[in-house]
Amino acid sequence: MRRGWLPLLLAPLLMGQSAPRPTVKPVLVPDVSQRDIEIQYSFTGANLLLFGAILYPQGRLPNDDKPTDIVVVVKGPTQSILVREKDKLGGLIWVNASRLRYRSAPSFYAIASSKPIEQMLDARTRAIYELGVSSLQLSPASNAPLTEQDRFARGLVELKARSGLYVEAPGAVEITDGVLYRARVQIPARVPVGRFTAETFLIRDGRVLAAATRDIEIRKSGFERFVARSADRHAILYGLVAVALSVLFGWAAGQIARRF
Amino acid sequence: MDIYLPIANLSVNALVIVLLGGGVGLLSGMFGVGGGFLTTPLLIVYGIPPTVAAASAASQVTGASVSGVFAHVRRKGVDFKMGGVLVAGGLVGSVLGGWIFRLLQASGQIDTVIAVIYVLLLGSIGALMASESWGEIRRQRSGEPPKARKRRHHPLVASLPLRTRFYRSGLYISPLAPLILGFGVGILTILLGIGGGFILVPAMLYLLGMTTQVVVGTSLFQTLFVTAMATMIHATTTKAVDIVLAALLLLGSVAGAQVGARLASKAKPEYLRLALAVIVLLVAGRIALGLGWRPDEIYSVELS
Repeated sequence: MRRGWLPLLLAPLLMGQSAPRPTVKPVLVPDVSQRDIEIQYSFTGANLLLFGAILYPQGRLPNDDKPTDIVVVVKGPTQSILVREKDKLGGLIWVNASRLRYRSAPSFYAIASSKPIEQMLDARTRAIYELGVSSLQLSPASNAPLTEQDRFARGLVELKARSGLYVEAPGAVEITDGVLYRARVQIPARVPVGRFTAETFLIRDGRVLAAATRDIEIRKSGFERFVARSADRHAILYGLVAVALSVLFGWAAGQIARRF
Repeated sequence: MDIYLPIANLSVNALVIVLLGGGVGLLSGMFGVGGGFLTTPLLIVYGIPPTVAAASAASQVTGASVSGVFAHVRRKGVDFKMGGVLVAGGLVGSVLGGWIFRLLQASGQIDTVIAVIYVLLLGSIGALMASESWGEIRRQRSGEPPKARKRRHHPLVASLPLRTRFYRSGLYISPLAPLILGFGVGILTILLGIGGGFILVPAMLYLLGMTTQVVVGTSLFQTLFVTAMATMIHATTTKAVDIVLAALLLLGSVAGAQVGARLASKAKPEYLRLALAVIVLLVAGRIALGLGWRPDEIYSVELS
């Protein structure tokens, strides 16, 4: 969490440095289609629409021919995770051989942009704002050699990408008349609950000119929330109910079968 | 029809899970086994986290064994004294199994250990069953008279002290033997999410030398209690029992078990045993290949 917020806190400072012109900077007015996502019995994921407007000072669009780009990042709550790596043991079977702990890896990360992020910003700026899955600050808790840390980070990112939890969508942001933008981000069903953030960045001439954030809350509701809470807080009662349920099912089926 | 599993944290196709439960239930009704050895690996293949799969499969086995126990009690096919001793051993074993499970989980080797135990157990028992039933089928085809097997317990069992009489089993042996047997099966129940019927039944027949009529009923009796205990242990320690997943599995499996039991009454037992042996060997072979092949995912993530 701390790492994730740092660039945001620094953002006004950095923008001040990178835009020495006396003109007033543009402002972003972002919004999302859903501020609260409720997980219920048939939840298969959510399709978020992120949209907004770019407000230029005095309503004047810049009249040079440098392109304006928008990047939208949706991040899930950070998690402390343990990544294990399999290796072949004695040339016979695959077992978990080595491991690396990460203190704050985002549980979900999706980046949508109006063109590939590498074409907009240099590597240093990408790392500052954590733009792109290869620029994430994962904060490994290890003093393993850098080559090993890189290998683990690549493995983690690829694994998360395959399960749809780390997504890069270059070209997914649509800009209309230079002032309105929209992007769609698919949130899969297997995300954890918690507070998500949707950050929007306005990029021009290799610099981040404006940034704005909206929060999205994902939570279980109704029966799903009740079950998850009971399993956690009343474990013994929950277990007894599970056993009673299976005895009841088995007994009922036996009774029904005897009739026929 | 998609449905969200609140503990596994993902959505599954409800129909697929019910059919999976139904298929396993069909086999369990036909062969008199719990079917846990099939449910857990199949759920993992479908994408359910391994811990949730093992924890929720146990409650499916409970459901499948209930109707069997009632049927056998009506037929006086349960030796309650023997069953009680087995359950006592099983409960202690399952508590120890829960402790081993957490230990292996922390070291990251739980999946490998589960797979290796599966291969060894299923492989050896499957091979024994296959050769025994194949021999029986060939003997019947050639029309030889059945060999009268002398029913007696293993010499090791006979050497244990504190003998007591188990009337329905027709035995006069030390209760330590079934206690130790129940203990071992209890550990495996927690580790593998299985009922243990396919280990218990041969052990009761060939190690203890019990009367055939009470073997299946007593084994189901033990399975019922030990899998119920396994569900409780998982609910309180790993908190991985998904009641929605369990209900879907139960719905299919209890129905499948009834159909399977009717099919079984029409088939010859030695052909059923051969079919079960083939299934068991196939599962063991698939898991063994999985250990040796390069896995799809070299990396795995867990919360810490």
